[in-house]
Amino acid sequence: MQTRREMLARSATVAGLLAAAGFLPTSALAAWPQAAFDAKTLADAVKALGGSAPVESKDVSITGPDIAENGAVVPVACATTLPGVKRLLVLVEKNPNVLAAVFNVTDAIEPNLSTRTKMGQSSNVFAVAMMGDGKVLFASKEIKVTLGGCGG
Amino acid sequence: MADPMRIRAQAAGDKTTVRVLMSHEMETGQRKDAAGKVIPAWFIQEVTATHNGKTVLTADWGPSISKNPFLQFVVKGAKAGDKIGITWVDNKGDKRTDEATVS
Repeated sequence: MQTRREMLARSATVAGLLAAAGFLPTSALAAWPQAAFDAKTLADAVKALGGSAPVESKDVSITGPDIAENGAVVPVACATTLPGVKRLLVLVEKNPNVLAAVFNVTDAIEPNLSTRTKMGQSSNVFAVAMMGDGKVLFASKEIKVTLGGCGG
Repeated sequence: MADPMRIRAQAAGDKTTVRVLMSHEMETGQRKDAAGKVIPAWFIQEVTATHNGKTVLTADWGPSISKNPFLQFVVKGAKAGDKIGITWVDNKGDKRTDEATVS
């Protein structure tokens, strides 16, 4: 006969073992750049991914609506015309954590990606291209939000 | 296991446009429920796209991607009949893989 108390003690041990072995979801993905997603500014996020200071460039573009009616679903597209892109980033300046997405691009992909982001309030949205030669270029666009997407 | 993804891959010349619609809550971890408790974050962290088994794109996502995420990208050199595979992994370790044929 097993008491409830023994049962609880045992399950705690098992949970501890699982956590130690890395089976619990908190450490499900070691490769995910936690520091970059915790960053509060564009420069910090780029730095956390190992890039230099970003420079504004015409060769990178960000497209999206001028006014988004629903901040929970804002379609954005980032693109660049330059060859040799390693990563494309999408950032929303006034979200609690600025970084929305990192795309690791290979040669088999056109550096032109679209997705949808959430925006808490009207702010600038950045597209950042991290080049193979270490240059970091960005473009920005202001998107106005009439209804916030963070629980409002 | 989450619901299947909807993937459309359409070839035009030597380029193929792939559109993916995933089914996921994408909870940010910032919202509160009716009782005032924070709803834990639950979002897709990693997305991988393959073309005939070769990885062509990987993405790391944060919680500020919209619910039921949409992703569009263009694969160079993919022809009709090729396979495009998409895999995502969320922060709870849940994953899903779906495949589509280029048309």
